[in-house]
Amino acid sequence: MLAVKIDNLQLKNPVMTASGTFGYGEEFADFVDLERLGGFIVKGTTGSHREGNPYPRMAETPSGMLNAVGLQNGGVEKFCKEVYHRIKHLDTNIIVNVSGSSIEEYCDVASQIDELEKIPAIELNISCPNVKKGGMGFGTNPEMAAQVVSEVRKVYHKTLIVKLTPNVTSVVDIAKAVEAAGADSVSLINTMLGMAIDVEKRRPYLSTITGGLSGPAVKPVAVRMVWQVAHAVQIPVIGLGGIASAADALEFLMAGAKAIQVGTANFIDPAVTMKIVDGLEDYCKRHGISDINEIIGII
Amino acid sequence: MKEIHDFKVLERRQLGSRYFALVLEHGGRMQPVVPGQFVEVLVEGSREVMLRRPISVHDVDEERGTLTLLIQIVGNGTRKLAELQAGDKLNMVYPLGHGFTSDLRPQTSALLVGGGAGIAPLLHLSKVLKAKGVSCTILLGGRTAELIPVRSEFEPYGRLCIATDDGSLGHKGLVVEHPAFAESYDMIYTCGPTPMMKAVARSAAERGIRCEVSLENMMACGVGACLCCVTDTDEGHRCVCKDGPVFDIGTLRKWYEQ
Repeated sequence: MLAVKIDNLQLKNPVMTASGTFGYGEEFADFVDLERLGGFIVKGTTGSHREGNPYPRMAETPSGMLNAVGLQNGGVEKFCKEVYHRIKHLDTNIIVNVSGSSIEEYCDVASQIDELEKIPAIELNISCPNVKKGGMGFGTNPEMAAQVVSEVRKVYHKTLIVKLTPNVTSVVDIAKAVEAAGADSVSLINTMLGMAIDVEKRRPYLSTITGGLSGPAVKPVAVRMVWQVAHAVQIPVIGLGGIASAADALEFLMAGAKAIQVGTANFIDPAVTMKIVDGLEDYCKRHGISDINEIIGII
Repeated sequence: MKEIHDFKVLERRQLGSRYFALVLEHGGRMQPVVPGQFVEVLVEGSREVMLRRPISVHDVDEERGTLTLLIQIVGNGTRKLAELQAGDKLNMVYPLGHGFTSDLRPQTSALLVGGGAGIAPLLHLSKVLKAKGVSCTILLGGRTAELIPVRSEFEPYGRLCIATDDGSLGHKGLVVEHPAFAESYDMIYTCGPTPMMKAVARSAAERGIRCEVSLENMMACGVGACLCCVTDTDEGHRCVCKDGPVFDIGTLRKWYEQ
């Protein structure tokens, strides 16, 4: 009833978790049956170890939060040698978010992940707003986005998802460019660039001044962008941005997303993904829907 | 194992104008909690607060199945929590984090140094240490006596020493200036304002005394996934929520020397 397909990936249901909000899955194992997820996207992985940005890296804002973690991670080798072996037995789609500050780095990480049998896809992160070099720089320009995707396409042979930033004039132009360059799917939206100031201390809350906004505050923007992109490209769209309930997930599905990712909501209710899967089942039963694909893209 | 659970407020006590305590009943089988671990509470009914708030566990009664939280009112989250009354429910994710090491042998001595809301986890710790036959000195500090809540609760578990900036109770001055601080101990534990903990850590390092500090940073997930609450350690950024909140000062040289 809930099964969906993204390129060659079979998902038990459309519910996945967003990179950077769910660790390597293990952190949530006490709360979530990881094998009941359609998949999960592990933390952004770079060519070498990264310490990320200095504390403070987070600020709560109305119905949302700003973060400026800056891709702290142990690097691709550590992922392949250690983390992968701890999680590879899980019967779900484990997708690695691949980040970098140069085309060479993206290709290096992608080709190493390509070797891992139980990782059926990567999500190419050309949209991180919190790194000085690369990241969002690639995702805000159609030519550069296409260039990094076509280079990675040469070295990566499985499902290639490209994660898009909302911090652009036309997300449709970027989506079309990466589709033409060989992406199998696009996921959107990454965080929106934002800023908050502590007026008592007269300084920004984040050490980096600006950071990425996530949470319910960004959801209407994300639904709009998913709807625009779903109408403009042939490849499947994965929707994310502020999803915290089955009703939120259904908005994205109706707007044209084949699958969705839950991010910030995991922090508020670590078991929220299970409630969303249950809620989607319940919705289908209540509305006499035998296949969730019936409602995908109906708007 | 960590769980998400609705606790029931059994009792709410106001402690001066800035602190209150909540005794929370599990109602079933409560997960074991180590001293120094914390909970993440869901703040309901607030327009400003979305994320859970990390609060350290003040006391645990395994037989009754209750946890006690000692909360300082500082911002929108804790102000909303202060409205809770007996009978209300409070959703918590617990137990979280790496707690204090309390594997000391009987007849050893420990110094527990607390300041402000940092006093909270030391009650549970002093109880556990006392049960192990460790001789505890509990040294609590604050600007004034009113800002050292629940001090009498510590009396059964060790020698209680107080330092206040204004001399309204106990020794006049900082905790590190209290005569009891200079005595010899097998272990020092501390939780409180960062400058106080750094001073305690520096002194412990100089004297070669094993020392653990309990840090506090802004958190989102509480389980080591979002990497928002990191602190600088000698091994790089570590999550206060998962690798801490309690750290041995052996890995925090960079932190306490700043």
